[in-house]
Amino acid sequence: MKTVIACTVNGDAHEVLADSRDTLLELLRDRLGLTGTKEGCSNGNCGACTVLVDGEPVNACIVLAAEIGDAEVVTVEGIAPGGKLHPVQQALVEHGGTQCGFCTPGIVVAAKALLDRVARPSAQEIRHALAGNLCRCTGYDKIVEAVAAASLAPRS
Amino acid sequence: MKDFTYAAPTTTDEAAAALAASGARALAGGTDLIVQMREGRRAVGHVVDLKRVPELTAIAVAADGSLRFGAAASVAALAAHATVAAKFPAMIEAGRMIGSWQIQSRASLGGNICNASPSADAVPALMALGATAELTGKGGRRSLALDALILGPGKTALVPGEILAAIRVPAPDARSAAKYVRFTPRREMDIAVVGAGAWLRLAEDGSVAEARIALAAVGPTPLRATAAEKRLMGEKPTAALLAEAGRLAAADARPISDTRGSADYRRALVKVLAARALAGCCAQLGQRIEVP
Ligand SMILES: Cc1cc2nc3c(=O)[nH]c(=O)nc-3n(C[C@H](O)[C@H](O)[C@H](O)COP(=O)(O)OP(=O)(O)OC[C@H]3O[C@@H](n4cnc5c(N)ncnc54)[C@H](O)[C@@H]3O)c2cc1C
Ligand code: FES
Ligand code: FES
Repeated sequence: MKTVIACTVNGDAHEVLADSRDTLLELLRDRLGLTGTKEGCSNGNCGACTVLVDGEPVNACIVLAAEIGDAEVVTVEGIAPGGKLHPVQQALVEHGGTQCGFCTPGIVVAAKALLDRVARPSAQEIRHALAGNLCRCTGYDKIVEAVAAASLAPRS
Repeated sequence: MKDFTYAAPTTTDEAAAALAASGARALAGGTDLIVQMREGRRAVGHVVDLKRVPELTAIAVAADGSLRFGAAASVAALAAHATVAAKFPAMIEAGRMIGSWQIQSRASLGGNICNASPSADAVPALMALGATAELTGKGGRRSLALDALILGPGKTALVPGEILAAIRVPAPDARSAAKYVRFTPRREMDIAVVGAGAWLRLAEDGSVAEARIALAAVGPTPLRATAAEKRLMGEKPTAALLAEAGRLAAADARPISDTRGSADYRRALVKVLAARALAGCCAQLGQRIEVP
């Protein structure tokens, strides 16, 4: 059924004609053109679609767009405003924590959520926080090293 | 996905009324429901989102120390509640085993219960803690023990127009403790091959005054290990006693063989995990007991 969805994404208010069946992921990618968020498994297992809803990381593929209401959604596009990389992104570049890059937006969003809560997470905490983000390229070590390095970077 | 309408009522009564329509289904975190709808495993004509109903997401610890929380409260919200995390650690640990951080941001314990999967992680922990379910619908409110609410895989005692409103957990005391443990090949993002929850209350002399053991993934519903519970009564916990309780719990289990493990393997796991869950309770009560 066609329905109008009002939402705030990366600080911008939108009103879009959508389908009641749209997931948040479909709203972001297909209706708003925010294709930074990726679709991997579509069932909550891979984390490629991770975005923040009121600061909490969620799998956008298993959240309905209609559920969002007045919550604040932040996608990977909202994490590097004006093209200035977030420390997590900079560290992923420097530590080789991204290869094909498909998992990277989800990793960036989940890692940012972690660093927003825990200033200096241990390797164990980083691995636990990123357990819902699958990467078939890097073997994870470099991602964990990058997030640890980002936690030490000066924050603006 | 089949077409559906969506509603987000703001009172419990409105939500229950909306759920009385045929084809209507409650939505809490959606981490089971949306996946099932997208995969065509469940056809829903009307989705009723419970998260806008304040009662269904409220979390409150009463003056007597007992806990009542809305069925749609997320695991993340429960874990972030300092008193709940401190006083009901076994429930939070079990909730923290559900999927990933992303899943826990949405997943509710009401959903874990109502999805009625035999392997649901929070259910044995809640059963061990003696939790009761508060249901509400046209006929008014009623309370059910979790084992009376969960009838079989995907089946509950809820009637159309009835929702699980809240879960009540009795207050812990200085001589009680609970623990949930599970076995999965991968630590996170995996489904329990077997899970075991235990709760013990000791008498003043250190003997077991009350015991509850609940098992996941070894029957069509989460099961109480009643023979094991009886064996513990009146006895002082020792390694031998916990090992025997583990053996009795394995006999209480009714596992099947599937891709995650054979029935024999599951029984062997129950023996070990039930004893470990009990040892975990004893450790919290100041008694270290080594079990395999
Ligand atoms: C990737 C992934 C990993 C997972 N890992 C685990 C795991 O390790 N352990 C585990 O136990 N589970 C796991 N799950 C399953 C799921 O996350 C949990 O069962 C979760 O607790 C469900 O809660 P929910 O709020 O998302 O439920 P929903 O999906 O919203 O609802 C589940 C069912 O219960 C009904 N329902 C929900 N609330 C109510 C209510 N208040 N009254 C009446 N009916 C209601 C719904 O109609 C639906 O049928 C996993 C799921 C995914 C996608
Ligand atoms: S696409 Fe959402 S978790 Fe994989
Ligand atoms: S870099 Fe390719 S999936 Fe992670």
